[in-house]
Amino acid sequence: MALQSLDIKARSATTTPSPSVRGATTQVAKLIDISKCIGCKACQVACMEWNDLRDGIGHNVGVYDNPMDLTAQSWTVMRFSEVEVQAGRLEWLIRKDGCMHCADPGCLKACPSPGAIVQYANGIVDFHEENCIGCGYCIAGCPFNIPRLSKQDGKAYKCTLCSDRVAVGLEPACVKTCPTGAIVFGAKEDMIHHAEERIADLKSRGFQNAGLYDPPGVGGTHVMYVLQHADRPELYHGLPKDPGISPLVSLWKGITKPLASLGLGLAVLAGFFHYVTAGPNEVEEDKEHTS
Amino acid sequence: MSAPIVPRYSPRDRANHWVIAITFILLAISGLALFHPAFFFLSNLLGGGTWNRILHPFIGVVLLLSFTAFALRLAADNRITAADREWKKYLPRILRNEPVTLPKIGKYNIGQKYLFWSLVVLIPLLFFTGIVIWQPWFASYFSVGLIRLAVLVHAAAAFLAMLAIIVHIYSAIWTKGSIRAMTRGTVSAAWAKHHHPAWYEEVSRSR
Repeated sequence: MALQSLDIKARSATTTPSPSVRGATTQVAKLIDISKCIGCKACQVACMEWNDLRDGIGHNVGVYDNPMDLTAQSWTVMRFSEVEVQAGRLEWLIRKDGCMHCADPGCLKACPSPGAIVQYANGIVDFHEENCIGCGYCIAGCPFNIPRLSKQDGKAYKCTLCSDRVAVGLEPACVKTCPTGAIVFGAKEDMIHHAEERIADLKSRGFQNAGLYDPPGVGGTHVMYVLQHADRPELYHGLPKDPGISPLVSLWKGITKPLASLGLGLAVLAGFFHYVTAGPNEVEEDKEHTS
Repeated sequence: MSAPIVPRYSPRDRANHWVIAITFILLAISGLALFHPAFFFLSNLLGGGTWNRILHPFIGVVLLLSFTAFALRLAADNRITAADREWKKYLPRILRNEPVTLPKIGKYNIGQKYLFWSLVVLIPLLFFTGIVIWQPWFASYFSVGLIRLAVLVHAAAAFLAMLAIIVHIYSAIWTKGSIRAMTRGTVSAAWAKHHHPAWYEEVSRSR
């Protein structure tokens, strides 16, 4: 990035410090209040407009979900779940799906390309596609099934939390456009306070298990939900109850790789020192004539 | 006896060995580039990160095909025998370069046989796990759980294969007279008699 206006806290595949001299930055968060969402998809349209994305035309399969899944061109999608919370009590739970901007991002951990994924000091996790090599490791690393590889250019895409807008003091496009105020954006601390008020209100209206979704398994997220049934997040189109980076990914990308690299280096050195100490294994040619 | 040389590998065997060797090195370099950030600079050899990612799996397919043909030809000579197990007991002394009278082993010693069977396991394992994580062609057909397992197994198998090949290359450098077996196809009679006496007798009889 030529004109960097946000500090970088972490950078994929980088073992040296990231640019970070500008001091403390406020953690930001987007709060999605599912109880206020009417499923109008204005946020989807705003996302398309601001990011200049035009997904292909899909097929109507008899549900409101459209498109059916996140794609490289659809960074946010409304998930419509009709669930019978209790016998005889149908609820229509509409969740805006997209990147959760984890404090401990699995995508960033898995990415092998320096600077293809960055985490800004304010908590936004952003893909820099110019450095993306298209390996799909971010997909393996993500506990929320978010990044998608583009068929067009072979690079991975996802919600940026409108890092370009946030960098200049604007809120993300989806927040700006939401007609019911179901999406709000600001300092993470303020969003948690706001959520607490909403949860108190929901509880007073009979949603005993209302709560905030800010899963600690990924260090908390910078996109949070107010859920009517926070005890059962799976009701909301399979929102993971306790997400975290898979232990397989941690093992694959954790301490094993530096240790293995060291092991290979030591093997080469062992050979060299064996040669210069024990000497080469030579056969005396004169044996030829004695036998 | 006129020329004290013994044929060990046919031109076809040698060519195939070097196809395997070249593809293995290219795979190791491009694989290491994705293995740890310290090695990412190696991706420049194949034209940068994206080309590195595109070419690595195709080179892997060439290695698999080439290695399969090679392994089929060598499998019979790589059966581990009682003489090999006996020979293994002398390995510390061999490594210390002490003069020893060794058991009469055939075309390969047990170290070479271990290398052979390791690669027979590791290369197909690398191939099949590689298919599971191969973007953009195949990875989308597999569940994310399987992909996570495959990337871990692929990295572990690659580490073991590289370790085995480091030992293999060093052994060839250390044991003087071995490299010409793969560059010119022949070894000296003294080399054959000393390192692989049973094989030498077999070859002498058939000539």
